[in-house]
Amino acid sequence: MRGFMRGARVLGVGWILQLKILAVSAFDGILNIIYPLFFATTALLMFRQSGDPQALVYAGLGAAVMGTWSAMATSASGALQGQRWQGTLELLVTAPTRVALAVLPITAALATVALYSLVATLIWGRVLFGIEVHIASPLAFAVALLVTLASLATFGFLLSVTVVRYRTGWALGNLLEYPGWLLCGFLVPLDLFPEWVRVIARALPPTWGMDAIRAAAAGLDPWFDIAVCAGLGVGYAALGAFLSERLIDSARRHATLALT
Amino acid sequence: MSILEARDLRRTFTTTTGVLRRNRKQVEAVRGVSFAIEPGELFGLLGPNGAGKTTTIKMLITLLLPTAGSANILGLDVVRDAREVRRHIGYVFGGDRGLYERLSAQDNLRYFAELYAVPARDQRARIGELLELVGLTGREKERVEGFSRGMRQRLHIARGLLHDPALLFLDEPSIGIDPVGARELRATIAGLRSAGKTILLTTHYMFEADELCDRIAVLSQGELVAEGTPAQLKARVTAGSVVEVETFSGVGPADVRGKVDAVGALPGVRSVVVDDRPDGETVVVQVEPGVDVTAAVLGTLTGIRVGRVVTREPTLEDAYVQLVSS
Repeated sequence: MRGFMRGARVLGVGWILQLKILAVSAFDGILNIIYPLFFATTALLMFRQSGDPQALVYAGLGAAVMGTWSAMATSASGALQGQRWQGTLELLVTAPTRVALAVLPITAALATVALYSLVATLIWGRVLFGIEVHIASPLAFAVALLVTLASLATFGFLLSVTVVRYRTGWALGNLLEYPGWLLCGFLVPLDLFPEWVRVIARALPPTWGMDAIRAAAAGLDPWFDIAVCAGLGVGYAALGAFLSERLIDSARRHATLALT
Repeated sequence: MSILEARDLRRTFTTTTGVLRRNRKQVEAVRGVSFAIEPGELFGLLGPNGAGKTTTIKMLITLLLPTAGSANILGLDVVRDAREVRRHIGYVFGGDRGLYERLSAQDNLRYFAELYAVPARDQRARIGELLELVGLTGREKERVEGFSRGMRQRLHIARGLLHDPALLFLDEPSIGIDPVGARELRATIAGLRSAGKTILLTTHYMFEADELCDRIAVLSQGELVAEGTPAQLKARVTAGSVVEVETFSGVGPADVRGKVDAVGALPGVRSVVVDDRPDGETVVVQVEPGVDVTAAVLGTLTGIRVGRVVTREPTLEDAYVQLVSS
């Protein structure tokens, strides 16, 4: 019980302070505002050409979650690389706390920023494109959003721990950003892709989260999708925690924790 | 019982060159280093750049696995019991890095207090005490990005002491700090030593080691070449003298570095080193006892404009230079 409380404190304090780090930078703040809106605008302009209001609603919801994927996939691995640059990565590792407990708050803080991106994009779609997303089950919709964000945080956590071991691991996040937009079905239905692509897509938590969000908005049953999304999120967290200790040992063996 | 024991520590790095045809090269950074540190001792690890000081420290603080050999801290093995070792050690390195720039000094300490398992009820008091100790009381709410290098270094020390470690590692803490800041830092380190803290300090500055350390080990090319008190190390070269000759190579046709071998070959000369100055160089010649080589050295430096010539007693720095250049 004492260990659990201490772990919860490390996560809580880490999350608040990492959020503070993200919040005080005007440059990062402006980027966080512009970046998701830029891509959402591009997607919505394309979908508007179809003249189908339902397609625009489909894209409006997809574009909102698309920003959260970008915020997590690229930023999570970049954040750990940033820790390496500023010399704090070694200090996180030399602390007696499990490295997973030090890394998870970083990705959780990024997921919180991603929540802003999601809300801002929905408002942007409403104001600029007149997209009215009628949410049939507000509670299920809110749960689906939060579970999707949490699972994205754990997926980002898994990406982050690879950066601890591999100095160029941060590039993995960049590599995944645009394929993720397609694989998670944000803008294009997965039914249009070959079976092997759908298999990969089903291994990614946001795919299920996106389905759940759409189902909740349309008044369909989202709970199975929410449960699978949460399950995958927990799975990625467990895999990340398992790998983190092994990757730290490997980093100690191969001397990759510092820049040089 | 020693607080730290290192036995035949070795570390090899593999580097690769080439793109298509990758050539692997093994670099032995640390080659069989053994030493022990007693409780309450301030132990200095000296050596030139690339001597293996930081690699040795990183093995001891569990950031690197040794290729061979072993080390234990308070009887705990640094490889097998890494997490337990981390509870008992503090690590402070020199330079600007290692702090969260966008957080205040207090938030930095708060974060690391959590990571280093300082009980929540003790954190506020402990952080206050440490800010007082390092002279940052009143500045704790300011963001670190506005701190001078000296202030950052003192904050680093506070961070390293948060969990009251039994052994504190200070890796070149005074590097790049102005003389006033370095003096304040030395005073802080001396205060820790007086309070009974066991410290392993690496530094390039001989006067710093001379002033602070109880014992010193000198590393050169990954090997420990000498160990003893500052007085014992100085005694290695005190039976003799040092001749310093100021030269101005840029003025004359000859380069002083081309004459080093000739000076070194003179009878009675132990070693020769050329130190750069803004307006020239200083040739530092270590001489056997009872031998006067001044005239012979000046004769060898023909064609080079010579300034002041001084004969003096050897210092710890002379002992160090002789050890790492022999």
